[in-house]
Amino acid sequence: MSEQPQCECPQRRDFLKEFSCVAVGASIGLVPVAAGVYSAMDPLRRKASGGEPVRVTTIEALPADGVPMKFAIIADKTDAWNKYPATPIGAIYLRKISEGKVMALSSVCPHAGCFVDYRKDAKDFFCPCHNSNFSSDGAIKSGVSPRAMDALDVEVRAGGEVWVKFQNFKAGHPQKLPVS
Amino acid sequence: MIRPLLDWLDNRTGYRSLTKEALFENIPGGSRWRYVWGSTLTFGLAIQFITGVFLWMGYSASSQTAWESVYYIQHEMMGGWFLRGLHHWTAQIMTVLLVLHLMQVVIDGAYKAPREVNFWFGVILLQLVLALSLTGYLLPWDQKGYWATKVATNLMALVPIIGDDLQKIVIGGSDYGHHTITRFFALHAGILPAAVIGLVVGHIYLFRRHGITPAKPLRKKDEFFWPEQVLKDAIACLAVLATVMFLTIRFHGAHLSSPADPSEPFSAARPDWYFMFLFQLLKYFPGSWEILGAIILPGLVMLVIFLIPYIGKWELGHRFNIGMLVALLAGVGLLTYLAIAEDNRNPMYVAAVKQAVQDEKRVIELAKAPAGIPSSGAVTLLREDPKTQGPRLFVRNCASCHRYDGHDGMGVAVNDPQSASDLKNFGTRQWLAGLLDPAKVDSAHYFGGTRFKAGKMVQFVKRDVAGFTPEMRTQLYKVVLALSAEAKLGSQSALDAKDASLIEEGKKLVISAEMNCTECHSYREEKGGGTGPDLTGWASREWLVDFISNAKHARFYGKRNDRMPAFGADHILDQKQIGLIADWLRGNWHEPSASSSR
Repeated sequence: MSEQPQCECPQRRDFLKEFSCVAVGASIGLVPVAAGVYSAMDPLRRKASGGEPVRVTTIEALPADGVPMKFAIIADKTDAWNKYPATPIGAIYLRKISEGKVMALSSVCPHAGCFVDYRKDAKDFFCPCHNSNFSSDGAIKSGVSPRAMDALDVEVRAGGEVWVKFQNFKAGHPQKLPVS
Repeated sequence: MIRPLLDWLDNRTGYRSLTKEALFENIPGGSRWRYVWGSTLTFGLAIQFITGVFLWMGYSASSQTAWESVYYIQHEMMGGWFLRGLHHWTAQIMTVLLVLHLMQVVIDGAYKAPREVNFWFGVILLQLVLALSLTGYLLPWDQKGYWATKVATNLMALVPIIGDDLQKIVIGGSDYGHHTITRFFALHAGILPAAVIGLVVGHIYLFRRHGITPAKPLRKKDEFFWPEQVLKDAIACLAVLATVMFLTIRFHGAHLSSPADPSEPFSAARPDWYFMFLFQLLKYFPGSWEILGAIILPGLVMLVIFLIPYIGKWELGHRFNIGMLVALLAGVGLLTYLAIAEDNRNPMYVAAVKQAVQDEKRVIELAKAPAGIPSSGAVTLLREDPKTQGPRLFVRNCASCHRYDGHDGMGVAVNDPQSASDLKNFGTRQWLAGLLDPAKVDSAHYFGGTRFKAGKMVQFVKRDVAGFTPEMRTQLYKVVLALSAEAKLGSQSALDAKDASLIEEGKKLVISAEMNCTECHSYREEKGGGTGPDLTGWASREWLVDFISNAKHARFYGKRNDRMPAFGADHILDQKQIGLIADWLRGNWHEPSASSSR
């Protein structure tokens, strides 16, 4: 490395110059960092899509004995630059409660967001990730989930069409909070 | 409180002596502006690393998503244009800084012993930075980068023995595709930056080991690096950043041409300006001599540059080195000038650039449209856009007889005489009224160039219509409204809705004895004489597609057809292409402000 200075270098620190070095250096370094961080914040200004009612099936297609049945939600999807018309964006369980009444449950586990299975033999919902267990109406039976399975707004329209307001909710909260 | 903490830190890391060593380096003859270039380059690299990593967060390396993700960064992402602009323009400025740094090193003789190795490190760094520029040019996967880089990778195949394999390895297959992008991206964001970091560390280490080479004569007393030289460096870096920011804002980020399309020629493709001299050089080496201009000559020049430290040992070596470098730069400058001047004189190139500008503007309009970019990629947006494809198909298939507003569809005048109708505004009231105008019907605009010049329709218009009473002219006007409404033109829908009752009257008049249309033409339930085209749905999309597909069909001209080829029936064009022509003639395409316009 460099040898010890042999010159009569100025010992008195020139504070103005030193301050300028730091100020200029910091500001020029800040520009690319700030530009990058600002762009990386882009997702914060984008809202989650969905929330509009989607036609899922007809009430006739649901088992009369109230066994939940899985359905894909087909809707338009925007993924950054791509737009996909009528594509699967998620899945729900539908369950016929009584004549003309249907219950819709999100297939996403409220604990950590895994996909919950319905076990026909045990007649319950079971999350394969952390063993959360829900009854067929979505209530907690056992396990670590902070809340019951998320019920979705459902409407039976003319002709028995089942329309569901598909939404995702934040995982891990005791309350059901929609993902914004 | 802080002091003991810093003492602890120094004890564990030795940061104080490190900082001292870094900042209190002796500069013989004091700080000078000519020493700033190395620091500006390091700063440039820092900008590239920082902005590059953030761009990486938005970039998607595949042939269906690369252009799309860069479009998203440039046009949709918050501040994305600025980030991309910083990266792009810093790369441009660094090329200039590299030359300045090299010049300063050679002029000051900083390559001489014992600094040879450091000089070589610098020359390799120069090449690595150029390699970064070359690989980065392809990543947006736009027409410009795609075709320009193809030239570069095709030249690679000229390397003796291993050329073909080398090319295949670099582009990830026999042709450009997903793996070309993934490989170029790995080179651009992984391998090359890692090599640059390694060499820069070595470069700075060796620079510190041997110290600065002062420019003689020494003007001042010695100074430390800190703060005198640091301040000069910082101000120079500030100037670099100001230039980069000015260019970024001036050009709103960086240029992005239309998505790469191997089926679409792109005569406007050129390498970036700092490679233009190589591009020009290749023009002087025909056929099998190409290897001379592409590989051997640049290779020899690099070899001589590498030998600069040894050449410098001769008595006149230093002067030779400076002279050679100046001559080299002059040569590069001259070749660059020749390349640009030649392009500007070339009408084909000028037209191609104009077309490229139109296409890139258009594809961005389409990408921003509600339908967005399909999963097949943005390249299909232009391929399926009537506004883009209609004129191109018209030039190739229709313009030898027809015209569009007097030109060939792309705005170029045609030398051959017009021998079929002008189809601009086809289907509109105005177009049809012109056809029924005795003064216009036998002009080149309508039937003048065809065998129907003295046909029954022309005779009818020139003889019968010319003698119409004012009342009959009003009726004819209603016929025009009714037939034009058959076209269901988007641009005319408001007018058609407004004149609904007149149109209803017109429909009845088409089959009336006074107007006499159905003597030759069929119209709805009324079977005509069959000598003229069916007027049911006249100029509608379906009618036009069928007509272009086969004008010889009995529904249209039958055996009386003049020269109109049966584009569909004879498989000259496919249904999609015919549909694009029909949509273009009907003005049926997406416009940013409205769903259709003419």
